[in-house]
Amino acid sequence: MESGLGAGPGALFASVLDMIGNTPLVDISALSPNPQAHLYIKLEGQNPGGSVKDRVALSLIEDAEKRGILRPGEPGQVLMEPTSGNTGIGLAMVCRVKGYHLKAVMPTNVSVERRQLLELWGAEIIESPGSEGSNGAVRMAQGLAEDHPEWVFLYQYGNPANPRAHYEGTGPEILRDCPTITHFVAGLGTSGTLLGVGRFLREKLGAAVQIWAVEPPAGEMVDGLRNLDDGYIPPIFEDLGGAELLDRKTVVRPRESIEWTRRLTEVGIFAGISSGAALAGAVKCASSLGEDESASIVVVSADGGWKYLSTGAWTDDLDDVTERAKKIIYF
Amino acid sequence: MAVEVRLPTVLRSNAGGASVVSIEGATIGEVLGKLVAEYPGMAGQVLTSDGALHKFVNIYVDDDDVRYLQGLETPVPDGAEVSILPAVAGG
Repeated sequence: MESGLGAGPGALFASVLDMIGNTPLVDISALSPNPQAHLYIKLEGQNPGGSVKDRVALSLIEDAEKRGILRPGEPGQVLMEPTSGNTGIGLAMVCRVKGYHLKAVMPTNVSVERRQLLELWGAEIIESPGSEGSNGAVRMAQGLAEDHPEWVFLYQYGNPANPRAHYEGTGPEILRDCPTITHFVAGLGTSGTLLGVGRFLREKLGAAVQIWAVEPPAGEMVDGLRNLDDGYIPPIFEDLGGAELLDRKTVVRPRESIEWTRRLTEVGIFAGISSGAALAGAVKCASSLGEDESASIVVVSADGGWKYLSTGAWTDDLDDVTERAKKIIYF
Repeated sequence: MAVEVRLPTVLRSNAGGASVVSIEGATIGEVLGKLVAEYPGMAGQVLTSDGALHKFVNIYVDDDDVRYLQGLETPVPDGAEVSILPAVAGG
């Protein structure tokens, strides 16, 4: 008789940290505008901290432990990191399990759920001006790191352990689950996902795979920049040849992001607003194909929808939600 | 032919507060050259002194970043929309 229990590994985990990675890939071709283009979405919201950044958080911390920058079991160690939310949440979870204290530098204009998740895992939030977006958080953190050399500053934007999490984890999982992949589409935040997965796929498949980046028009909404010299490109993007790796980069605006976040519910998927943006990019990709061209497009859903319920993204009037989305950071 | 150019908040003070301006040009290079000529306050912010794209600016033609198309040679079709966005990180 069948036991009724799910098959496969993962019935018992020694630690919540062992649940990070091996996320599901789901066929959502029903949403494709082109019958020749299959769409698959990788649900990173299934990670225990609720986002793709759990992978990065664990990789950053374990790399620092290997290098002796962090010493497991020794009390009083403090980490400080700039984040728009998800990396902070992942780090807070890992730090709670491993016994480190996290100070997260985060802009004020993130959803209330992002703040609460950081706090529930015991992280301390240092607020940076919302009008300066993530760039302001990075700048403030760099200043704090100079003033407090005793704090461990892992710097996700400049640390190769960030893309390595995707080169060694996310990328191989995608190729294992979708060996016919022709296009990889993901949001551009720190660029870690695109660099890690993109480099892995390019090494394995060469020019047979295209790497597409999706960006929100955050620079349009951030009004606290004094001039364009306040702009910011993550050092890992430059160090690892991001510009040479990407085939296309497209901007997806808040209205389209919300619309596609809502469309995902048609196939039963409840995902965050950046997932709608990434899917909108994948749909553009599907629409751009030639008549006889078939494709397998894999898109990353960075997180689930839970952290955005307070924005009314699924329930309120689309115009109202779009205006609200222009004022919060969702990447 | 004229195209609409969307300006980010950081550049609007150079164009009398406008969020969208109309500029003539058939390529991105022509459009940006004329933009800077018309609004000299943007000189050095959008294009460098030697005429290259500023490092921290991203230019989109109908939502596509021109760095991954043909750069300053990217054609701007009639009715296209050009967006200028500062480089901003997430994460």
